[in-house]
Formats: sequence, C-alpha cells, structure tokens
Amino acid sequence: MEAPLVTLQSGPREKLRLAFAVNGEERELLVEPYKTLLEVLREDLGLTGTKHGCELGECGACAVLLDGELALSCLVPAVECGGRAVTTIEGLRDGPELHPLQAAFADHGAAQCGYCTPGMIVAARWLLDRKPDATRQEIADALAGQLCRCTGYQQIYEAVESAGRVLRGLPPLPPVVAAVHGEEPHGR
Amino acid sequence: MMRLPRFRYLAPASLLEAVKVLGDLGPEALPLAGGTDLVPNMKRRQQTPANLVGLRGVAELRAVSGDAARGLTLGAMTRLAEVERGAVAAGWPALARAAATVATPAIRNTATLGGNLCLDTRCSYYDQTEEWRRSIGYCMKREGETCWVAPGSDRCWAVSSSDTAPVLCALGAEVTLRSRGGERRIPAADLFADDGIRHLTRRPDELLTAVHLPPVEPGQRTVYLKLRRRGSFDFPVLGVAGRVRLSAGGTVESARIFLGAVGSRPQEARAAADFLVGRRLGDEETVREASRLATQIAKPMQNTDLTLGWRKGVAREYAARALRELGS
Amino acid sequence: MADDREAAPRPGPRALDDDRPAPRPGAVGPAPGLAAVGKPLRKVDVRGKVTGETRFADDYTMPGALHMKLVRSTVPHARLLSVDASAALAVKGVRCVLTGKDFPIAYGLMPVSQDEHPLCNDKVRFVGDPVAAVVAADELTAQEAAALVRVEYEPLQTIATPQEALATADPRIHDYGDAPNVHKLVAFDFGDVPAALAGADQVFEDRFFYQGNTHLPIEQHAALAWVDPDGRLTVVSSTQVAHYVHKALARALALPPARIRVIAPPQGGGFGGKTDPFNHEIVVAKAALVTGRPVKVALSREEVFLCHRGRHPTLMRMRTGVKDGRIVGHSVETVLDGGAYGSYGVASVHYTGALETVTYRMDRYRFRGCRTFTNKPPCGPKRGHGTPQPRFGLEVHLDKICEKLGVDPAEWRIRNAVPPDTVVANWMRVRTTGLVACLEAVVKASGWRERRGRLGRGRGLGIAASSYMTGAGISITFGDLPHTGVQLLLDRGGGVTAFCGASDVGQGSDNVLALIVAEVLGVEVGDVKVVTGDTSLGPVDLGSYSSRVTIMMGNAAIQAAERARDRLAAAAAAKLEVPASRLCFAGGRVFDVEDPARGLTFAEAVQRAEAQAGTVGTVGSYSPPTPTPRYKGGGVGPSPTYSYSAAVVEVEADEATGELSVEKIWVAHDIGRALNPVAARGQVVGSVYMGLSEALMEEQEFRRLPPKLSRALVHQAPSMLEYKSLTFHEMPEVETILVEEPDAMGPYGAKEVGQGPLLPIPPALANAVHDALGVRVDEVPITPHKVLAALAAPDRRYGPAAFPDVPWPEPLLVPPPWEGGDGKATNDRKRERRLPGAKP
Ligand SMILES: Cc1cc2nc3c(=O)[nH]c(=O)nc-3n(C[C@H](O)[C@H](O)[C@H](O)COP(=O)(O)OP(=O)(O)OC[C@H]3O[C@@H](n4cnc5c(N)ncnc54)[C@H](O)[C@@H]3O)c2cc1C
Ligand code: SF4
Ligand code: FES
Ligand code: FES
Repeated sequence: MEAPLVTLQSGPREKLRLAFAVNGEERELLVEPYKTLLEVLREDLGLTGTKHGCELGECGACAVLLDGELALSCLVPAVECGGRAVTTIEGLRDGPELHPLQAAFADHGAAQCGYCTPGMIVAARWLLDRKPDATRQEIADALAGQLCRCTGYQQIYEAVESAGRVLRGLPPLPPVVAAVHGEEPHGR
Repeated sequence: MMRLPRFRYLAPASLLEAVKVLGDLGPEALPLAGGTDLVPNMKRRQQTPANLVGLRGVAELRAVSGDAARGLTLGAMTRLAEVERGAVAAGWPALARAAATVATPAIRNTATLGGNLCLDTRCSYYDQTEEWRRSIGYCMKREGETCWVAPGSDRCWAVSSSDTAPVLCALGAEVTLRSRGGERRIPAADLFADDGIRHLTRRPDELLTAVHLPPVEPGQRTVYLKLRRRGSFDFPVLGVAGRVRLSAGGTVESARIFLGAVGSRPQEARAAADFLVGRRLGDEETVREASRLATQIAKPMQNTDLTLGWRKGVAREYAARALRELGS
Repeated sequence: MADDREAAPRPGPRALDDDRPAPRPGAVGPAPGLAAVGKPLRKVDVRGKVTGETRFADDYTMPGALHMKLVRSTVPHARLLSVDASAALAVKGVRCVLTGKDFPIAYGLMPVSQDEHPLCNDKVRFVGDPVAAVVAADELTAQEAAALVRVEYEPLQTIATPQEALATADPRIHDYGDAPNVHKLVAFDFGDVPAALAGADQVFEDRFFYQGNTHLPIEQHAALAWVDPDGRLTVVSSTQVAHYVHKALARALALPPARIRVIAPPQGGGFGGKTDPFNHEIVVAKAALVTGRPVKVALSREEVFLCHRGRHPTLMRMRTGVKDGRIVGHSVETVLDGGAYGSYGVASVHYTGALETVTYRMDRYRFRGCRTFTNKPPCGPKRGHGTPQPRFGLEVHLDKICEKLGVDPAEWRIRNAVPPDTVVANWMRVRTTGLVACLEAVVKASGWRERRGRLGRGRGLGIAASSYMTGAGISITFGDLPHTGVQLLLDRGGGVTAFCGASDVGQGSDNVLALIVAEVLGVEVGDVKVVTGDTSLGPVDLGSYSSRVTIMMGNAAIQAAERARDRLAAAAAAKLEVPASRLCFAGGRVFDVEDPARGLTFAEAVQRAEAQAGTVGTVGSYSPPTPTPRYKGGGVGPSPTYSYSAAVVEVEADEATGELSVEKIWVAHDIGRALNPVAARGQVVGSVYMGLSEALMEEQEFRRLPPKLSRALVHQAPSMLEYKSLTFHEMPEVETILVEEPDAMGPYGAKEVGQGPLLPIPPALANAVHDALGVRVDEVPITPHKVLAALAAPDRRYGPAAFPDVPWPEPLLVPPPWEGGDGKATNDRKRERRLPGAKP
C-alpha cells in the first residue's frame, strides 16, 4: 500500500535519523525503527551500563531518565526519542568522583551482583532530584518498579537515605553492619 | 534480547495528519501512545501492525482544560503520572488512585490515559511469546480456534485489565473519538464491548482524543480498590470503582459501581447501585447486601493471576471494603 | 592504620583430626591484629557496579559478530523425525543452521548423568528443548528465520508429574535410571527406625509439599564465542563455573581442553542457576567454529525459565517418634520432580535427606529419596540445594510436635540442639555450631517469650532454625584433585595479582580473595588485583555454589599468600639482618617488630626476594577434609563445617482474604567470622529475601491443556511479571544478628553466609501463620487461597493428602556412631566408598 503523507516516516527496513542528547552530548545516528532506546544505547552507542532483564517492562533494569523522568528504555522505540535528553548510569557522574548515590551504594553494600544497580541508581536519582529527604515509604514507592534478587532491598534504602543526606549537605550515614551476638551493634 | 518485529513508523505532527494516516491505513496501523502495552505485545508477536503511528508529536492530544466545577478534559496523551496528581487527585481521587496503582513508576511516567483505556484485553494463554503460544496451538484471540479458558465457548474471555477504565465508567466520564469523517463523544462505558477480541467500540480509523470528567458535585465520593498480588507491577485481578452522591444527612442519592478485571469489559453493578440509593453506607447490613449484589455480576475466569476460587471468594469482601471506604 | 589494631591472635586455619595437609601457619612470628578482615570496607569490585562499567557477559561484543537464536521444541515429549531448515537458510542474512546431527556426543554435569545433547538428536523431552540453531547477521534476522525452521515430531505420552512418572513404564523419558522414569532412588537406615517408633511415647506423621521455583537472576544468560588468532576457542559466558563449561565444551565438541578458554565475567546473579553447562554455550561455540566468526547468543527471559535447574518440587512424608521429649527415631521420605534431565539431580535427591540430622539430636534416622523424570525443564541446584524442602518439613513438623507436647518450640530446639564436635546419626561431622546462640539471639531480639501467642488474632510469630554446608566435602566431578587453587604474582612495584578460577556471582568472592591476600601480606586491599573466572588465567576452582568459595578459595589464598610472605621474609631478613621470625607484614611494610623503624617497603621486599631467587609467584590450593561417612552416597552432605541460622517471622494475616503481610524478620546466623560485616549482612538479608519470596509467592508452575484436546505442557508464567517475586513493598525490615565463633576450618574462622539464612524463613513463616490464625499450611508457597482453604477445612490444614507408592530399594544399613559401626554400610561391603574422593 502507498504510504500516506506524514511529516516523518520510514519503511520497515529503512533507517531513520535520530538526533538526541545522551548524557549531555548531542548524538546523531541512523536507527532501524524496530530498535528500542535500550538497543540503541547498548548496541549503537556502546553504552552498556544500562542493563536489561526482560525487555518487557517487568524488571526495571533498563531504567534511564528521559527528559528528566524515569523511563524504561526497553519500551521506548528509539525513533520516538528525537530531540529528547537521555541520562544513563554513565551520565550520573561528571569526572572521576562518584555521584553521592554511587558512593552510597558502594559503601552500604547496596550493590551485590550489581546488575540491577544501574537501573536502581537511576531511579533513586529521579527520586532524590525531586525529594532528597525522601522517607522510606517514598523510597519504596519510587523504586517499586526495580526488582533486585540479591539484596533484599534493605541496604538500598540505607544507601538512598545516606545519599539524600549528602545531597542536602549533611554527612553520609555510616554503613549498617549486623549486630554481633552478645555485643552492642557497631556502626549505627 | 527480545526484539520488536519490523514495522513502518509514521510520526504525524498534528491531529489532522494523525487521523488522515489512520483513515488511510485502517486496520493496517495502530496508534502508538506510551507504548507500554503495545511494545511488549509486539515483542511477543501478539500484535504485529505493519504500521505504527506515533502520537508523540500531536500536541492537541496533550491538552488539559477545565476544572472541578466545569468538568475536566484530559487529552488522550496525558501521562498517568500526571493523572495521579494535581487537579484529578483533588477532584476525582479515585481516578488518581487508579492511575497511581498502574504498573510501576517508570511505566506511569510514559503510559497515557488513552492507552490505558485502549489497553488490549489480557489472558494468561495470550500474554505469552509466539513460541509459547505455538506450543499450545494458539487460541481464538490470535491464530487459533479454541479458547483454552472455556474450550466449548465461541467467544474469547480475555480480561479488561485497565485500572482507569472502571473508574471512568463509574464517574460517568465521556470520551471523544475522532476520525477523518468527524468526531463523536460517547460515555466511557460505551467504549467497551463484552468480547475479549473486539473489546473496544473504537473503529480502526478512529483516534481517542480526549477524556471528559464530569463536574464534581457536592456530596460526591469516589473510590477505587485494586486487588492484586503485589504492591506494584501487577495488573488488577479485581478493581472496584464507585461514585456516590451523598445527601447532607449521609444517605445515598445516586450511585454507580463498576467492577474491573472480572470480564472482558468493565462490568456495571447496577443492582447494587440501585440498592444503595436511599440507604446509608454507614450501615453494615447495607454494605453487605450491596457487595453481594455487586459481585453477582463478576465473571472471573481462570486466566489471570491467583486462583479462580479465591478470586471469587474474596470479591465480595473487597467490594464491601470499597463501599465502606465510600461511606467513611 | 597500624595503631588501632586489636591484639587478638589470628585464628589461622588448622586441621582437626583428619588427614588434610594443614595450610602452613607461616614462617614469620608475631601475628598482627587484623587490618582488613572484619572491616566494613568497600568491595574491591563495587565501583564498576555502581558506575555501570562492570562488563557482564552480554556487554561483550566482537567486531563482525554473528547472532544465534535457538529453535526450541514446542511439544513436551516426542521422537524427533526431521528438521527442515531450508526456508530459514533462504532468509537474507542467515549464515548457517545447526541441528542435532552436528552434535553426536552427549554431555551432562555429573559423570553419572551424561544425558543432554547440545541440540536434541532423537527425542525432545520438554517444551523448550533446543532442536536447531540459526546463525545470522543480526539477532532479529536470526529470530525471524528461526520461526521458519520446520520440525516434524512423533508425539509421545506427556509425563507431567512424579505420580505419572512412577505409574508409567512406557514410554520412558530416558533409557537410564533406577526404574522407568525414575532417575534415582536412595534408601538409608541409620539404625532401626521402625523399632524406635514402636518404642516411642508418641509418633507424629506429616506430609508436606514444597513447590518448585527458579533462580530468576536479573541477568539473563548470554555467551559470546570466537576462535582466537592463535586457534584457541574462546567462550565468554554468564556461568558460575567456567570450569564446567570448559569440560563440557571439550567433551561435546571433542576438542582438546588445552585449546579452549572459558571466561566467566561477573554474573548478574546466579543463585545456582548458572552452574550447569548449558546447551547454548556449546552450540554457540560450535557456531563460531563453523562460521569462523564470533557468534553471540543472548537468551530471552522465557528461555532462562526454560534453562531452569531450579528448586525441585518435593513431596515429603515425615515420621518422628518422641520419648521423654526427645527424638528417638525420625524418618523422611521425599519424591522430587526432576524434570527432563539429570543435571545435579543425584546430588539433589541426597540433599533432601543429608542435612536432616545436623541440627537436633536424633537417635536413629531413616531416609528414602526418589527423583523422577518428567517432561518439564530440568531442576537442579538453587540456593540451599535440596535442603530448603526437608528443612521446611522438619521445622513445621517440630512446631506441631512441640504444640502437642506443650513445650515452647524455641526451648525445645535449644534443648535438643546437636552439641559441637559431634558425629551425628548419618555420620556427618559437626564441628563448631552456633545453633543455640542463634536461637537465643532471635528469641531475645524478637521478644519471643513475651509476645508469642499474645499478638491477637491475625498476628503471629513463628520460629525455625537450620544449618547449611560451608562447601561440599566431595566434588561432583573430581577424584583426588584440589577443589580450588590460587596463584599469586608479586611485582616490583609492590602490586599483587591474585589469579583464581572462581567467578563472582555477586556474593563478593573477588573481594574475599583480595581481602585475604592483603591481610596476609599486610598491603592495602586495593594493591591486590584479582583475575578470576578465566580458565586460561587461573587455576581451577569448582565454582560459586555450595557456599564453597570463601572457605575453599580463602584457604587456598592464605596458603599462597603465606608462601609469598615466607619468600619475602627470607629476603627481607637477609637485607635487614633481622631473624625472619621477628618480621611483621603490615601497613605496606615489612619490619622488625622489636624496632618498627627498621624495615623495608613491601615493594622493596618484593625486589629483594626477586633478586634473591627470581620472580615471586606462589600457589595455594585447598581440598576439604576427608568426610566421615564411608557409605555409598555419604559423599553428599559432609562439609568442612556447617553454618547455622535461626529466624523469627512476624506475620499479619487477613482472616477474611487469607492475605499475608510479613511485618518483620529477626535472623541470626552463625558465620564463624564476618570477613566484611557489610557484605555479610547483605548476604544474610538477601538470603532471607529469597526465602521469603519462595515462601510467599514464587512458583515454577506448569500448565496442561485438557488432555483430550492437547498434549501440551507449558511453563505457566515464564515472565518476570507473572512469576511473582517480592518488590520493595512486600519486603519487611530484617534485623540481622551475626554469631561469631571463628571456626578452625574457615579462613580467619569464616563460615558460609550466602545460603544458610534462606532456610529457616519458609518454615518460620508457616509457623507464624499458625500462631496468627491457628491453621497449618503444609505447603510452600503459602498463598492466600491456601490460608483460606485451611481456615475452612475441618482439620484446619492445607497440604498434600497422600504420598505416592515408591518402589524403594533395599536400604543401606549404616548403624549410627553410638550403635557401633565405622561409617560404612553393613550390607554393602564391596561398594563402600573408595577414599579419598570417589565419585558420589
Ligand atoms: C509490567 C507492566 C505492568 C502493567 N500493569 C498495569 C496495571 O497494573 N494496570 C493497567 O491498567 N495497566 C498496566 N500495564 C499496561 C500499560 O502500561 C497501561 O495500561 C498503560 O496505560 C498503557 O498506555 P500506553 O500509553 O503505554 O499505551 P500504548 O501501549 O501506547 O497503547 C495501548 C493500546 O491502545 C492503543 N491506543 C493508545 N492510544 C490511543 C489513542 N489515543 N487512540 C486510540 N488508540 C490508542 C494502542 O494502539 C494500543 O493498542 C502494565 C504494563 C506493564 C508492561
Ligand atoms: S480467553 Fe480464550 S480465546 Fe481469549 S485469549 Fe484467553 S484463551 Fe485465548
Ligand atoms: S529490561 Fe526489564 S524493564 Fe526493561
Ligand atoms: S544486586 Fe543483584 S540484582 Fe540487585
């Protein structure tokens, strides 16, 4: 069938021009319409920090910020990202210093295998950007779309709380260590 | 990595262009809103449109106008994250709550109200990959003949699983559908049909452009209670949506109750609503009888999460909890 | 740094009374306090994980790589008649299609179960069994072409359950096994249990069911294979055991092992699900050999569900005789649904009985285990391998017994705990045990004595305890070779590189390696570079499972580091003219303890040693002590030392709907010593999470269509949305208590921590539900409909009604230690286990 006239279109095997900002840098490339933002980030731009565990919106591993909002890169066709700004885990820090969230995840044991971690940190960043003093309930609500199979989530709460403090100019929380039987708990 | 099938991508820049494209392509095209339903379905090859019409560039679909007194009109591309907050939360809290319980925060940031209403019906024999469905010989909804949920049946029982749909029905909201030929505005409840395959009355060449919430009336109370396994991710296995208008003395002057996720469309519990009129929600006997009447119409099938027997068993309890909340 | 050290002597590893060569205590004299061990330091590999720089298997690419997609069986059981790939080959971009004909050689994890083909040859055994592989320029093209491969099947009867397997002599899923469609039968009598029950005051009987569940690591399996310019086949794969993949590749592809290199990057979670060698790993390697190009395969989530190797669905019957409040006889029978292949199944079935004895005293013990074949994805090892099921049964069974006896279940457990240094009824040797301390800790922390039974209807507390191995006593593939090795290379700049075959699945093994080497050599953890998970760059390690890495790799690391320290000490002694026995390694220096100013930097010490006797490289290795059981099958269960755990769960149960909300969990774990207290707590909480997720919702369930209309048997919910696991919202606060009683077997006294704390959670939840509502759910998961059904049942119970008839073989008769005997079976003289490390 003849394609109708619209502003922008592609054939099924044609590539479309995509110009967008990734971690603050302007990028321009040709992409197949079937590719999601996840695939373009990982395969075309080599930004493999963004992970994937389902490609169906069911795990949160692929989370990125799209125009500042938390989004699942596996559900967004890349061709829909023209003119938009994407932030991935690689864009969190600027220079060798870790972002407070990254430092807190490292110090508090909030990354075990580390596979959910990029998505988790990006989601936490989205939360702290709006609410650096988020309560546990708000953390749970904001991160409820991120599955982690390693940590049991507890140390993630602690890391987000600690990072929130740093972002508010307060000292970080010391990592919580378990109480040792017969001793007073050390750490916090 | 699961991949989308190949398709032609079109990005109209205006409403006019969008309806023209849909008119030209008809059933060969599907609108793409947030994509949070369509993209997974396409990756699983449940839906394989040759053309995707991206609505991102259609500014008209994002417009929001009105207020609590005059009623609110939400463009179809209003994101669920916006529905959760602001004017909707203040005037129609049940709708905000329904939006807030959809999926996960990241999905709600992308998903749209229009897409939520047009959400494909769901079934555990259908929301599976191509390979999986091939392994059961497919089913009636796509590529097969038999309905595995009810093998003798000549219809599909896939479940309307939208959280906002029953609420909009209960609120008496309306929707506008637009095609090249013109526009029609219909009650939200009339958007849905009781069939798992043809579950919408929307024609392929029509675009859902807006949702109209009626003005907030004095004494109006709304509720939405969602039953599901976990506190996020999960689709409803039962949604109880209600709107009542209470007199100053607390008697019910009017009531509408819809149940979600227990049929191929939101189910209206008219007997229960009629029963409530003139009665008081604070009365436990009333609540019990109304919830019995309400759940009579539920037709859950064995094609969602959790066992059928349990879902049937607790529906009444959940309906009662929703009604109690309305009265409190 | 050096000043705030504790004065405690370092409890180095030491042999008890066995024939294991003890790691050398080291030539240098004064033992300093611990600099790195026990400190809440950042894990060495964590930076890459928080920045996204860590490369997981799917993050590897090669220029010009092709992509592979497997064509999987769509029928559960059939003879494979033909595979027609012509339409697929005609697709533009398709490079080749492989089929079973390309893979004549079978492989398998255990020497006794070589029952898999990389691509099916003559039969398919479950929906998902791979029959062909399409290799194309890109993944989408491979997927599109895969759909065009035509496979012709001759269907066979579907065998869906253990009951059907036991009742079906023909067709057989495999032509081997202890009975038709029965993979393995085991039977042991440790003393005469029927006689003990006859003499008991009371005899209790229960039946339990533990549903199957899967690992669900967030990372899906992926592998990339290529042939190096030097002709070496190289495979990067998300495997927990590079070494097993290496072995399987050599066997199935008939290649010399020396020409294969397997790289296991860090895994994004494994939990046991990445320990088998997998068909896709072998097929992708073959594809690289055939095409001469790098080839990549990345499994979809559904395919990961089909790989499975997860928790065996297990039906159990327990019988216990009690006299004067103690167990005089205990009997366990288990029937496991093994799925379509052997995998670790022989070990799994033994594990459903092996650790029943190491927590509470029992005079006699009887165990029967049966693993059946069914047309479903194969089961295998998942965190706790084979032991969570009988642990659930035992701990709930005991709760009921205590209720009948009118004793507090916590008190009973404390009173009946196996004491340290005991050889128990089935000859497992318990060395240190923190069981009582764990129980006391959770009783205290949870307010058990004051609160239990007093929280009002709908709220309850439940307790349970458990034990797990710290590494298996016998390897499943080896005879007398060490289970692990560590190699160190010290450079002139003072850097240390530690090579080991182990790979980090997220449990922190890279960190443990660096930490221990740093501790022994007195350098900073950051000065130790670890190179792990590469069969060409490190000695064999048997992998990240059985909670074995810390103890085994840790001890090997100590040995290697102490050997390096000895060399440095000798050279430094000569240079400083101080006796080596006075030298101390700390703070990046080697110095005289009596005159700390007199010393060398660590780098200088390395240079002196290099000048003295050449490049400084040392090795260490580890073999566990010889197990005490000497009967056939006694190789499953022995461990250098056991960890212990106890937990109290507080639940809120909705009587109207049966829904459960877990409010809080207290857990205590006997860890020996926490090498890193932050990481240790993380492992405990993570284990608790997984146990709770299994207990509340996880189910690897299958769907059968009406048999009159279809033979289909498919995974009910192979997706992360419908395979339910806990989110932030369902996970309660966990209060963790570590019991630190250093064990001589462990490096610096450490025991395992990654699996044990999972075990008490499901039974503690079931017991809490009973406390809340007075009902018993004798099944896992404890879903709302089961709670409601139990509330409605006359006996207030939901659980299996029957236990199938199993053709048990004649049992091995092994008298428990206190009834004489020597750990051998009295009726199996010829088949007694050859020592030291015969096959199980
Ligand atoms: C893990 C997961 C969990 C989920 N949980 C829930 C849940 O709990 N509750 C729930 O309700 N949903 C849930 N969803 C489904 C989905 O995210 C939401 O329904 C969402 O609102 C769909 O909106 P969308 O804009 O993304 O729709 P899209 O995917 O873009 O579209 C959905 C359908 O509507 C059509 N459509 C979209 N816009 C228009 C329009 N303007 N006019 C005509 N047709 C249109 C599309 O062609 C398509 O067929 C879940 C999805 C995932 C992946
Ligand atoms: S209800 Fe029946 S026809 Fe409809 S999707 Fe489910 S199985 Fe298919
Ligand atoms: S990959 Fe799982 S949500 Fe995107
Ligand atoms: S740290 Fe492994 S999945 Fe979260």
